[in-house]
Amino acid sequence: MLKGKSLIDPSDFSKEEFREIFDLAHEIAKDPLKYKKSCEDKILATLFFEPSTRTRFSFEAAMLRLGGQVIGFSEPNSSSVAKGESIADTIRTVENYADLAVMRHPKEGAPRVAVQSVKFPVINAGDGGHLHPTQTLTDILTIEMLKGSVENKVYGFCGDLKFGRTVHSLIKFLSNYDGVRFILVSPEELTIPEYVREEITRKNVPFIEVDKLKEHLKEMDFLYMTRVQRERFFNEEDYIRLKDSFILDAEKMKHAGPETYILHPLPRVNEISIDVDDDPRAQYFNQARNGMYVRMALILKLLGIK
Amino acid sequence: MLEITSIEKGIVIDHIPAGYGIKLFHLLKLEKADYTVALINNAFSKKRGKKDIIKINNTIEFDVEFLGLINADITVNIIEGGKIIKKLRLTVPERVVNVIHCKNPRCVTSVESKIDHIFHLVDPVKRSYRCEYCDDIIVPY
Repeated sequence: MLKGKSLIDPSDFSKEEFREIFDLAHEIAKDPLKYKKSCEDKILATLFFEPSTRTRFSFEAAMLRLGGQVIGFSEPNSSSVAKGESIADTIRTVENYADLAVMRHPKEGAPRVAVQSVKFPVINAGDGGHLHPTQTLTDILTIEMLKGSVENKVYGFCGDLKFGRTVHSLIKFLSNYDGVRFILVSPEELTIPEYVREEITRKNVPFIEVDKLKEHLKEMDFLYMTRVQRERFFNEEDYIRLKDSFILDAEKMKHAGPETYILHPLPRVNEISIDVDDDPRAQYFNQARNGMYVRMALILKLLGIK
Repeated sequence: MLEITSIEKGIVIDHIPAGYGIKLFHLLKLEKADYTVALINNAFSKKRGKKDIIKINNTIEFDVEFLGLINADITVNIIEGGKIIKKLRLTVPERVVNVIHCKNPRCVTSVESKIDHIFHLVDPVKRSYRCEYCDDIIVPY
């Protein structure tokens, strides 16, 4: 039963609970209009303490397509936070006005603080370089649509695996499923954080860490690309030396399998060359649409409507 | 030969790993004590060769939990009438609240006041802990 629960970390829900959400999301994707009045008397609060375009739009579109209303702010300077209000006080106030809240915050663990302070559902829409569980819902729905299930597959992750919150969430989620194997491609400076490594080691998930993409592409069922950001490097030399190792282009795609699908949480800068976009294995633009459906499903479940 | 007289009523913290006595002394704020305290460094230990000991000639209250964070071999002896009346054995705690703080500058605990600093045990051998909020793993001492 998901009614009243919060989603802060992929480990907050059981496999069965996630299954409920995905089953509903698949139904919504077939006929979204069927749900247009499901949240008629409900209000979603979107608390974006950090800029966001697609995640916020996706949540707002999801709620509006369910017939609900949205209140909120999209940057902290336009809120009481600018006056120094704590996260706990902000969310307690919002609880009086809305039926559930979505929070993005630059500080890691901020949505956990929010959950400790209120009784209504709170959804983590990204906290610093930590987690982004609703992007994981989007990724999983896309994976299921392409290959039926998440089990018994090889997942490649490439780019900034240290600060990539979408990577951490997806790895944590997938590590609960049988037959999953990871190929982690990153420069030494941007390998997965200790807590992710500890979790996959504890769960005996096979993984390798490499710094070259091309030679491992063929074995991957999915390649999850992320951006290597200039500001993560201590010096420009290292950035220039490493950045091209992690760019996926049409030439590298020749080394991928016929069903190696490419995913990316977006926004993309240059880590996937535009000459890959027309490749049928490039699935990153389809992820965005799936994101809205799965967020509709999540809202309906947390409110206990479906 | 160095001689530290035995105490009548107080606490003896024994089997402290050599080198950690001074750290513990400060953690317990014993430098501010107005009663007799003794820190013995590098005392003979059958088990380890060397150990540190703290003797406190007073009954003070402190949270023994965090001693377990340093080393579960540490023993706390309660002394009355010059004799040990109670020996507290320590364990590596599963969960610690407001004893240690997260070192990750991106963690919400660095900005949000009035929240508990909560850590969960990850590895009892390494004595590593995971922050409740940001998941950062630290070895506290």
